[in-house]
Amino acid sequence: MTTETRLVEVRRNVLKQNDILARDLRRRFEETGIFVASLVSSPGTGKTEFLEKTLSGLRRDYRVAALVGDLATANDAERLKRSGAPVRQITTGTICHLEAQMVENALEGWDLNDLDCLFIENVGNLVCPSSYDLGERLRVVLMSVTEGEDKPLKYPTIFNTADVAVITKMDLAEAVEFDLEKARASIQAVRPGMRVIEVSAKTGAGMDDWMEYLEPRIDLGFGIADFGLEEKRRTTPSAEAAATPPFPRRGA
Amino acid sequence: MHELSIALSIVEGASEEASRHNGHRVEAVYLKLGQLSGVVKEALLFSYGLAAEGTRLEGSRLEIEDIPATVFCTRCDAERTLASIQQFCCPVCGIATPEVTRGRELLITGLELSE
Repeated sequence: MTTETRLVEVRRNVLKQNDILARDLRRRFEETGIFVASLVSSPGTGKTEFLEKTLSGLRRDYRVAALVGDLATANDAERLKRSGAPVRQITTGTICHLEAQMVENALEGWDLNDLDCLFIENVGNLVCPSSYDLGERLRVVLMSVTEGEDKPLKYPTIFNTADVAVITKMDLAEAVEFDLEKARASIQAVRPGMRVIEVSAKTGAGMDDWMEYLEPRIDLGFGIADFGLEEKRRTTPSAEAAATPPFPRRGA
Repeated sequence: MHELSIALSIVEGASEEASRHNGHRVEAVYLKLGQLSGVVKEALLFSYGLAAEGTRLEGSRLEIEDIPATVFCTRCDAERTLASIQQFCCPVCGIATPEVTRGRELLITGLELSE
């Protein structure tokens, strides 16, 4: 007995739910004039230390807040609270990345009109977060000098979806014989034209460069000209694959 | 490893589409998978079987078409396929090519249905 089968053409983005939510979030952020940046890196790059210093620095002039993703603990959120900024923990359980829905849930009860700037620290992971748009305006990818200059070549997808790269723990560069030019070249290879900023959150070196990069973006918010590119880079496309037929040739 | 949650989304999405097309059972799901989607094909195939268990997709095939990363080269004025995703430059003229035109796909493009 043979079963009759039929082929139907559909066009459905697998991450449709996430992309729709992310788009709604981005619109909400735009309407309330809040600048949202997400941070991605490997575990141990120093995202939390970097974010703590960033929040402390910005708090003089801006109303800032942060959401922190972590698999199990609330340690990062506790650390960040030392900056004095409102911080909320997103505990993801077994999930290795943040999704737009988690961001939306975590924002509940916060009046976005009371904020100028929100940071979202993703779970330490350079693979999975690359697939999920969180509605952010700026995606910051961090790597530390102890991770090796070729990190971007090992994780090209996440570096390619980022808008700016930060190299952390520069105070250790000499001790680990870190080759800055080589690291810069690796970043440029996978994401040509991306701005690279070197910092040491511990000594404060380079944090001024980071603030100088960040502050005009917070001030301009969504008025900045290249807005739209970010969304295009992160959401999965729905129409562009239309050029090729939906099914491979049968019997191939 | 987020392929299991991706696989669950595929099963959910395909199931909805099957209902829309009055399909009782799904025999196969056709998927376009971009080289820059951040999803590992082998892990996805492995997860798919688990995700489909107990649904109308149980036992179905996941037919994956790999979509290579392509970029737009402003000097050649043409779309080019990257030789490697570790080097975003035009394989013909060599200039840097930041603009990605294809390769982020994670799209269900078709279903094979049976009654």
